[in-house]
Amino acid sequence: MSLATAIRDRDVAELPGKRDEDWRWTDLRGLIRALPEPSPAFEGEVGEGVFDAFSADRRVLVNGGDATIEVAGGDAATVALRLVSRGAGAHTSRVTLRIGEGARLRLFETYESDAGSVAQASLTISLAPGAALERIVLTSEDAEAVSVSQAEVLLAPKSRFSQTVMASGARRQRLETHVLHPGGQGAARLDGVYLVAGKRHSDQTTVVTHASVDGVTEQLVKGVVRDQARGVFQGRIVVEEGADRTDARMGHHALILSDRAEVDAKPELEIYADDVACAHGNTVGALDEDALFYGRQRGMPEPEARALLTEAFIGEVIDRIEHDGAREVVRAWAAERLRA
Amino acid sequence: MLTVSNLHAAVDGKEILKGLSLDVPAGEVHAIMGPNGAGKSTLSYVLTGRDGYEVTGGIATLDGEDLLALSPDERAARGVFLSFQYPLEIPGVPALTFIRTALNAQRRVRGEAEISAPEFLKLARTKSAELKIDFDMLKRALNVGFSGGEKKRMEILQMAMLSPRFLILDETDSGLDIDALRIVADGVNALRGPDRAMLVITHYQRLLDYIKPDRVHVLAGGRIVASGGPELAHELEREGYERYEKAAA
Repeated sequence: MSLATAIRDRDVAELPGKRDEDWRWTDLRGLIRALPEPSPAFEGEVGEGVFDAFSADRRVLVNGGDATIEVAGGDAATVALRLVSRGAGAHTSRVTLRIGEGARLRLFETYESDAGSVAQASLTISLAPGAALERIVLTSEDAEAVSVSQAEVLLAPKSRFSQTVMASGARRQRLETHVLHPGGQGAARLDGVYLVAGKRHSDQTTVVTHASVDGVTEQLVKGVVRDQARGVFQGRIVVEEGADRTDARMGHHALILSDRAEVDAKPELEIYADDVACAHGNTVGALDEDALFYGRQRGMPEPEARALLTEAFIGEVIDRIEHDGAREVVRAWAAERLRA
Repeated sequence: MLTVSNLHAAVDGKEILKGLSLDVPAGEVHAIMGPNGAGKSTLSYVLTGRDGYEVTGGIATLDGEDLLALSPDERAARGVFLSFQYPLEIPGVPALTFIRTALNAQRRVRGEAEISAPEFLKLARTKSAELKIDFDMLKRALNVGFSGGEKKRMEILQMAMLSPRFLILDETDSGLDIDALRIVADGVNALRGPDRAMLVITHYQRLLDYIKPDRVHVLAGGRIVASGGPELAHELEREGYERYEKAAA
């Protein structure tokens, strides 16, 4: 069952749906009655990307395709990767990233669409010992689009993987990250923000598997849902038998700003080792009315007070982005969506 | 300045203010004293327009304008400021950002230009020095992890920077040691002037040794049951509220 095979075979029976435990909140089978025609090759211009200023190495996949990004041992690179859908067809993309020993990659990845396309992207990312990857994902999808991104990340001892996924939803949107964590002083950070309004849907699903000793994982995901939007967070951390001295912390916090908006959250820790430090926290609630009144009493009109408080709420995640320029792009992206 | 007449207000359907009347002319400081549960904090929230405080009768005007018809932020832009008994913690919002956002919002409503960043920082440095607040503290999230005394000082700093015309101080002395109380009182007294008025809400007389009121009112059972000069505060300190509570019952 996968969207990729469903698109390849043009067979809706292959679509994941609510009978699949991991897809019950992002039901594609119930949604897509017939898969659209395959997307045609795109010949036109796609315009500038939001991260173009930070990298001369730009990879643009329009309506599917393959790309490989390699960083040789000891090198440092910054790549802007754009996965763009033009029109309302169906397509898949495949990206392979290999980061050599001691190398460093900054990856600025965007998902963009302009119509009711059905798109799936597979990323295979491997880090050699001592390698570092900071991955920033930003989405700008059409309200009618269906978009699924699935990344498989293979860490190595002493490697560092940090990601921040900034999602604003689509008709159905899912950003999935699977990390195989071999421990050995490797560190993973899987942060995310979803800001969803209208009738949009956004799903962030992560699975981190600690396979051996001395691994660190931290995760902070925050969401703000409005109107009739829906946010989904599924976070699973598995600590396998013998993966002692694993340190894993997960936090998911969401604000629901309207009666008809919804958040579904499933934080899971599966621990089969004895000597571990694991914690998770999960909260879903409304904006603090007392804080809102405090801001208004000082003179802020209600929408401005709300925007200030919600920006501060997700600011905690944005502040953790290491790259200064990207952090400000992301902050502006969020402010625009919260003040809309 | 402030005129309140026969004000009735309810919280969760329960009437708390039962015909409260009060006049605070420009240039004066009035103290409201009263036992716990008399409606002191309710009065401060009704005057500032907090949700859940339902006005069921009466009027409240500031310089003749109907306050009760305005939203909380509109009242703030007219110069109404409430120093909270328990100032809120605002995670993720540096104090400087919070105050600048508020100041500029007020200025926009009044048709004034926004304050420039250098001008704002200069103002913040001057006022924080006067209140003996470490300037670096203003870069931290507002009130998060601050002590009770620091939060109260931060209220007075906001007051000094926003320069309101009608000030309500709700139990500003609670949680302050004597040194902090003196600093806070100096900050408040610096704002006294012919164009401003203040309502100082307090349970104890202590604060009034530092912020000397022109008039003292006793609030009991949701109404002003006695008014007098500063000597009334001393009388209350000696004799307690019991006879007023009986009178109100």
